[in-house]
Amino acid sequence: MIQSIDIEAFGRELDTIQKDVKASLGDRDRQYIKRAITVQRSLAMGGRALIFASLPLMPAFPLFLGVIGAGTAALGVSKILENMEIGHNVIHGQWDWMQDPEIHSSTWEWDNVCPADQWKHSHNVVHHTWTNVLGRDRDVGYEILRVSEKQAWKPVHLAQPVYNAMLAMMFQWGVAMHDVDPREPHLMAGKLAGIGKKAGKQLMKDYVLWPLLAGPMFLPVVLANLVANGMRNLWTYAIIFCGHFPDGARVFTEDEVANETRGGWYLRQILGSCNITGGPLFHVMSGNLSHQIEHHLFPDMPSNRYPAVAPRVEAVCAKYGVPYNKGSFARQLGTTLRTIFRLALPSRRRAVAA
Amino acid sequence: MSKVASLLSRLGDVAGLIATPLVPSEYVALVWPLAASRARKARVEAVHDEAPGVRTLTLRPGRGWRAHRAGQHVQVGLAIDGRVTTRTYSISSAPERSDGCITITVKAQPGGRLSRVLVEQITVGTFLTVGLPSGDFVLTQTSRPLFITAGSGITPIASMIRSAAARGQVPEITHVHYARTPADEIFGEELRTLQVDHPAYKFIVVHTAHGRRRFDELVPDWRVRETWACGPQGLLEDVERVFAAAGRSDALHVERFRPKLAPLPANTEGGRVRFATSGVEVRADGRTALLQVSEAAGLALRHGCRMGICHSCDTILTSGCVRDLRTGASIDEPGTRIQICVCAAAGDVELQENT
Repeated sequence: MIQSIDIEAFGRELDTIQKDVKASLGDRDRQYIKRAITVQRSLAMGGRALIFASLPLMPAFPLFLGVIGAGTAALGVSKILENMEIGHNVIHGQWDWMQDPEIHSSTWEWDNVCPADQWKHSHNVVHHTWTNVLGRDRDVGYEILRVSEKQAWKPVHLAQPVYNAMLAMMFQWGVAMHDVDPREPHLMAGKLAGIGKKAGKQLMKDYVLWPLLAGPMFLPVVLANLVANGMRNLWTYAIIFCGHFPDGARVFTEDEVANETRGGWYLRQILGSCNITGGPLFHVMSGNLSHQIEHHLFPDMPSNRYPAVAPRVEAVCAKYGVPYNKGSFARQLGTTLRTIFRLALPSRRRAVAA
Repeated sequence: MSKVASLLSRLGDVAGLIATPLVPSEYVALVWPLAASRARKARVEAVHDEAPGVRTLTLRPGRGWRAHRAGQHVQVGLAIDGRVTTRTYSISSAPERSDGCITITVKAQPGGRLSRVLVEQITVGTFLTVGLPSGDFVLTQTSRPLFITAGSGITPIASMIRSAAARGQVPEITHVHYARTPADEIFGEELRTLQVDHPAYKFIVVHTAHGRRRFDELVPDWRVRETWACGPQGLLEDVERVFAAAGRSDALHVERFRPKLAPLPANTEGGRVRFATSGVEVRADGRTALLQVSEAAGLALRHGCRMGICHSCDTILTSGCVRDLRTGASIDEPGTRIQICVCAAAGDVELQENT
């Protein structure tokens, strides 16, 4: 770690940022999330309506393709918003301060096969507490990928470019299985049952009930829903893999984080996380996880505040000489994928961690 | 028949999965908010000023509402500065009302967060969140009830009287109502008219600004009447004392808008209160409810009635000692779930609050 800085003073400056935001939360923030939810649900309805509207146009095939394509895209975008800017952030408790029973982490369920209660454990508790700590944070390569030299190489990693691609396409299933930990065998059956129940409902919706409404034309509806879910899978995969795996992101050993202070915890969150640069629409579509650093510092801060907070965090980092990893989507995703390909092979030098 | 019904309901459940993880009504609520079935809504249909600082709101509850029993109350919530603020109000309309609406009659409290907005700012068309009617302050089958009310304490009683009148079954009611001046009267005109139409109902108004009269003179037969009382703390304490002295406590029903508080020892001291989940630590005196302490410290903890009824605010006491302000009893058993709306610090306290 960076030893020379006054880490507690550094932490206090970040505390101040968080305090400022907390004190200023109000009606504008509430309007933001309410509007996000309204837009997302309207897009979902509109997308599904367009998919159905396209069916009678089948004889005019290019027109049919255009309309069903637009509907599918709208549905896919709505699923992305629902999972990222709304679901992930509501489940983090970012909006609990409103005390609104309709938008609260204790009751929110999101539109994918992962049950929210399991996600709250695997992600909010384990990943956000133990960010990038080898052997503790199951997000480091999700237990199947080798994304750091510090992870020991095994022959199975030779295949990781292939199963990485499969994970990207079926990402929601990876997310769902995330909390099923073979080291806790007594909990596995219960968790799998929870996933089964949730997945059953999700599959019923997209691949049985909506297609049934189309009667004999059910197949285009199945395909459209499959593509919309696939869009969401690929996009969420790409954004989330840019969070901690691009070049420059640090991983830590348990020894390094023993006796960590609040300031030290902040420092680890920054060194282990990466931001993606982009415009306002890109940030919303990424659930503001493009501000991964700010999200890891302040996981329960409403996401609409991250863009304004990011320059303040970056300035504090600059003042204390702490690296602040930000780059274009292409850079962050490119270096991540390169690492996954490179580390499929054993490293020439021995791992540092040992 | 029941087999068919249960099959249909199963089919309905499966069809409802079309909106999973939401329910279909949440999409309908995009255009028609009253369709919301997860968080019940009510639309403000009309507002009517009753007296200075007192306003009646006519509300149309949406899906999932059930009719109240006259005298019951309901939780009402509205987002103020982004935070949903919830308070409990008696329903002042009769359940027999045929347009599907209810009324609540709200008095603006000094420093009141929700009451002042409801009285001073609310506009027709606003949607409030509402709970379901609850409470056991309801009329029993008695032939000669006595009602004692003061100020906005008249609201649950108004519901009972209106209900009796609507059913055309008005018992021999004696109703003593205290208001400061004629201008402060709530429902005065309506109840005087009702008295003319229903001679069994006797409405006695006492204007406290113009001096009081002996209760024995007002209602000579109070000892043989089953009694319902609602009003400010001072009035209720007087009534309870008088009824207890006469051995008539069993015949007295009381509805409070605030918890009845026990006298605190003179040397009451607070302490440091630590809210462990959020890491907030503040000083508190020994008289202020911990819920208020948390709100003053900028936290927004889950709560409901704010008077020790609903247990929405239950919080785990991890260490230290608190005092239940209703009984004066100390609670110091770690792990106890305490009602922070009616408990104050008695020394240093740590709580594990659910946000």
